[in-house]
Amino acid sequence: MSLEASAQHPAVRIENLVFSYRKREPVLDIEVLEVPAGERVFLHGASGSGKTTLLGLLTGVLSAEQGVVRVLGTDLTSLSGSRRDAFRGERLGYIFQMFNLIPYLTALDNIILPCQVSSSRRARVRGPLEDEARRIAARLEITSLLDSRPGELSVGQQQRVAAARALIGRPQLVVADEPTSALDSDRRDLFLDLLFDSCREAGATLLFVSHDRSLEDRFDRSLSLSDVNRALVKAT
Amino acid sequence: MLTPRLALQSLRNRLLATTLTVLSIAFSVALLVGIENIRNGLRESFTGTISGVDLIVGPRSSSVQLLLYSVFGMGSPTGNISWETYTHFRDHPAVAWTIPYSLGDNHRGFRVIGTTDAFYEHFRYREGRSIAFREGGPASTDHDVVVGSEVADRLEYALGDEIVVTHGMGAAGIMDHDDAPFRITGVLERTGTPVDRALYVTLGGIEAMHAGWEGGVPPMPSFAPPPEDENEAGEADDGAAAPGTRANEPPPASVEPAQITSFFVGTPTRFEMLGLQREVNDFQQEPLTALLPGIALAEMWRTVGYAEDGLRIVSFFVVIVGLLGMLVSLYTALDARRREMSIFRAIGAGPGRIVSLLVVESGFLAAAGALLGVLLVYGGILLSQGAVEERFGLLIPLRPLGTLELGYLAAVVVAGFIIGLVPAIKAYRTTLTDGLSPRS
Ligand SMILES: Nc1ncnc2c1ncn2[C@@H]1O[C@H](COP(=O)(O)OP(=O)(O)OP(=O)(O)O)[C@@H](O)[C@H]1O
Ligand SMILES: [Mg+2]
Repeated sequence: MSLEASAQHPAVRIENLVFSYRKREPVLDIEVLEVPAGERVFLHGASGSGKTTLLGLLTGVLSAEQGVVRVLGTDLTSLSGSRRDAFRGERLGYIFQMFNLIPYLTALDNIILPCQVSSSRRARVRGPLEDEARRIAARLEITSLLDSRPGELSVGQQQRVAAARALIGRPQLVVADEPTSALDSDRRDLFLDLLFDSCREAGATLLFVSHDRSLEDRFDRSLSLSDVNRALVKAT
Repeated sequence: MLTPRLALQSLRNRLLATTLTVLSIAFSVALLVGIENIRNGLRESFTGTISGVDLIVGPRSSSVQLLLYSVFGMGSPTGNISWETYTHFRDHPAVAWTIPYSLGDNHRGFRVIGTTDAFYEHFRYREGRSIAFREGGPASTDHDVVVGSEVADRLEYALGDEIVVTHGMGAAGIMDHDDAPFRITGVLERTGTPVDRALYVTLGGIEAMHAGWEGGVPPMPSFAPPPEDENEAGEADDGAAAPGTRANEPPPASVEPAQITSFFVGTPTRFEMLGLQREVNDFQQEPLTALLPGIALAEMWRTVGYAEDGLRIVSFFVVIVGLLGMLVSLYTALDARRREMSIFRAIGAGPGRIVSLLVVESGFLAAAGALLGVLLVYGGILLSQGAVEERFGLLIPLRPLGTLELGYLAAVVVAGFIIGLVPAIKAYRTTLTDGLSPRS
């Protein structure tokens, strides 16, 4: 466990959160949700239960009108929009379900992009950026693909490049939104192995969203959004 | 800097779409700038038909009529001016020079104009260009003729050819002045004005054709009788031709005609011009009209300038359609990048970065299109200028961009920057999933 992971803050703590898109019915209504630092947490829930919405709130892309969203010790609801962008750029890693990469950049350029957008993230990398990218790529077994463009890679390879991009610059929280749903089971297991190794090495907390319960056992902890989200009970 | 580099890489990635967008902008700009240049060329070649002449004087008539027959070679003269009246103004202290014109004959549909050397010396067109000779020189005797470039080209005339002149404006026929052939002593350079479609003889040359047979005009005592072609004398349709003259003897140099049709006046200063105009218009001995060619041409252009109005309307719609087309193609190009923008958002790019990425791109495309469009037009003008002048007698000059065009170019570039804002703001507003999950 790294220094950051052993800090006393939980990686995520949500209290009395209510969120709705525009002026509609609340999509999320969560009393308490906590992700301890350094753990690998599996978050599941039915389609439409608000998983992606929750990740949006945790990464500061969306902002809650009520409650506290504390990520790595910082209350995101107290930050302005551009401060949240800067926070996300500096300290978080995000992996999408698919279409993760910029199509006209090579795998290497995709991986180092977060450090070019955020100078503080760049500052967390010691030594040349490219060496760091190659080191992470080696762990994810994509060294030979670094000069390829996303269009020339398989979906599983693209997801590993996306993981490398999320991991560069030592983010303390890596958020993955169903990154394995487009992979077959062999490649899914391989991807998870590599992702776990890399997160452990980087000392990052991993919040992994999926509705595929068969993966649940591989994580330290499992949370069901359907249980936590009171908005769903009201709606049905 | 990251932003221009990324924008450039992104543009290169979508080379075909980018090229098409730039081309569509370029063509709309080229269309507008091209139309403006043609419109300008039309007006300039019209108003530049005559320049450097301060007054045109003719018998009392409407100024349009006077302008039409004296400058454009259209319609018939309304009457004549007596030689005395002409000399009165020629010797007037407020007059620097005059170019007398004597109209009324044609050669195979082209006008024959009797004038003096003053024509070659003082006549100007299109901002002060003077009449130049492609070959030969001015008519020195009453049997010499100088032909305009179009006359020479169409009728394939060369120096030394002998030609025959018809009385009146009709086609060649029974009224041919067969007894008075002319020899071509000069061919003029192309001017792109009605000068190209005329033949120039001396005043005496015109009189020589008419002497003795034109009922209305008695032969002048000082005037040499027309020369007679010995072989064809008997066959001449015109029995009134005075016999017994020798064809090859040049007539006296200073033949004084009884009358002329009109004359052009140059004044020493512009100040004298207006006073002189009033004096001509109030002239007691003979009813005359004097017009200021610059003003009359501009007025006439305004009344006959429907073509210009038409082009203006076309320009207006070109602007509207061009801007709309540009906005549509830029917008679709940018909207296709929403996924990319979601990725940039996810890795922490703030509004400034997202906006600048899209705005830089669309602004750059618009500016590149505008530049390319202008280059297309100027390149096209340079390449086709000669051919257009040759074919249509219309010189399209290379000129700096006018205010309408500059305004349009500015609108294109500004609209290009602004349209980049719309998807940028949209990209910033939408959530990370937008365009990223299979659902959307
Ligand atoms: N941009 C949006 N505007 C309005 N409503 C939205 C928007 N995004 C999501 N929603 C709504 O919020 C609810 C939760 O959506 P969310 O995407 O968080 O679900 P999810 O749990 O991620 O589902 P899935 O497993 O299918 O990805 C849904 O009812 C959805 O219709
Ligand atoms: Mg989702």
